[in-house]
Amino acid sequence: MNHTLKDIAYARSGDKGRHANIGLIAHTDAGYAFLQQHITAERVHAYFEALPVTDVVRYELPNLGALNFVLHNVLGKGGSQSLASDAQGKALGQALLMMPLEITETELAPARAEVTA
Amino acid sequence: MTDTSLKNTGRSDTIRIANVQAFWGDYSQAAADLLRQEPDIDFLTLDYLAEVSMSILAKQQRRQPDRGYAADFLDVVRSIAPFWNQGSRVKVIANAGGLAPRQCALACQVILREAGCPGRKIGVVTGDDVLCVLQAEPHSELSRNLDTGEQLGDRAQQLITASAYVGAAAIVEALQADCDLIITGRVADPSMVVAPCQYAFGWADDDYDRLAGATIAGHLIECGTHVTGGISTQWMDLEDVCQIGYPIVEVDAGGGCVVTKPKETGGAVNVRTVKEQLLYELGNPDSYLSPDCTVSFLSLSVAQIGPDRVAVRGARGSSPPATLKVSATFPAGFQSSGSLVIFGERAAEKGRRAGAAVLNRLQSQGLAPDESRIECLGGGSTVPLPHLQRDDLTEVVLRVSVADAQRAPVAQFARDWTSLVCSGPQGTTGYAAGRPRVSETFAYWPCLVAADRVSMEIEVLS
Repeated sequence: MNHTLKDIAYARSGDKGRHANIGLIAHTDAGYAFLQQHITAERVHAYFEALPVTDVVRYELPNLGALNFVLHNVLGKGGSQSLASDAQGKALGQALLMMPLEITETELAPARAEVTA
Repeated sequence: MTDTSLKNTGRSDTIRIANVQAFWGDYSQAAADLLRQEPDIDFLTLDYLAEVSMSILAKQQRRQPDRGYAADFLDVVRSIAPFWNQGSRVKVIANAGGLAPRQCALACQVILREAGCPGRKIGVVTGDDVLCVLQAEPHSELSRNLDTGEQLGDRAQQLITASAYVGAAAIVEALQADCDLIITGRVADPSMVVAPCQYAFGWADDDYDRLAGATIAGHLIECGTHVTGGISTQWMDLEDVCQIGYPIVEVDAGGGCVVTKPKETGGAVNVRTVKEQLLYELGNPDSYLSPDCTVSFLSLSVAQIGPDRVAVRGARGSSPPATLKVSATFPAGFQSSGSLVIFGERAAEKGRRAGAAVLNRLQSQGLAPDESRIECLGGGSTVPLPHLQRDDLTEVVLRVSVADAQRAPVAQFARDWTSLVCSGPQGTTGYAAGRPRVSETFAYWPCLVAADRVSMEIEVLS
């Protein structure tokens, strides 16, 4: 079974001038522990290597079960001058959620979204 | 206060603040809809200004000296007037003034008079324009570009706008002067929510934890339907996405808030929509800078307390920086984008070849643009990560964009583009929009200004 980050987390991205940020939020505490251990700044930087990212800073928000990634210079000259369709980095969150994930079934079960009515 | 109820509210413990405009171009009926759905609202806030909005306004002002504000706001004022005529106590705070808050206020005055609603006081907040300060000190350390570290230097004379993100203080003063409609220029988005809280609860300027709570409340609703389900990861699971409700925050005297939305609207307010919006456009979560205070998100708690009701508490605040952020702009040249549909076998490959052909033709005319980009939309080129690309497609939208400091290469691109309709690959279609537009672009220069160099003024029109 092929898994992606979408199975254990949700996200939102947006611009900060030339930079963009991606908030990545775990569905559960176990999911947050997994994100904190495996989704490092280096890994996110490598994942987005095809874009003009110069460096990635990761912030931890354990109280929200979330990580915040700031992708420096990913938007080139910034929203107002970028020629890209996604001039403001709105699609980066979706792209991160499509990251392939190596995760065991034992790790996955407690990290999935709780089923709500 | 002698009354048991808070200033301007029917309640003694909370105030209810809604956002009904997230950006210039948002749904113009949102204010009237919300007042119909939720008559018990104390304050409406409306945000019209993005980073480069000021340069668009500057262009308009050059053509028409009595403009320079978000004129769409006048329709919103017209739609609110009947509610005031029927006794609504709602007070309205909008940054629609742009570069010309006073001109905007005068136009609002005419609208209210025409609507038989003449008794309302209009507050005008000015002082955010710091163009003169930047031009007087182009070599100041503060005016260096916050992103690149470059010095402003000679660019200072090319600047067409420079606006400081000012805080809540001037808006509080306008509320204390009993203004019903407050029009500002550039103001930090959350400060439009901090101001009514500070006014209603009488918080001191150094009551940082409470100010931080209100700043969080402001951050949560500043993008309108972002917090009620718009753009959320769970959007496909939401009910009734054609009428997602605009957000309301119920702020208490301790600075905590409950995020909610009008009954019988679409979308959702849940822990997921709220957490996503908390993280939106965030840098360091332990040090979110605003002109009113510095906020830490690391002590926040988020809890569902009822259907479409989420409590957000525990913000910690500390003193704001001694500087204000400035958004300055200067002309950067021209750009244009053309799009065509390419259908059939090898669609993506055909699209790439056609895009390259247009750029090669520009080069052969000696008009190669400074920058260009070819995207075959449909194949994953919005975020061109290798594992997300697909080449086996029946159709793509070919989008080619160019930019140059001079108009000529960009204008030639726009003229050449439509020739692909006859000279491009078989299956080229979707050209009804005609020739692409050439638009002026503006560079964004984020920098700082000493807070004590910015002096705000309030004028009350009645």
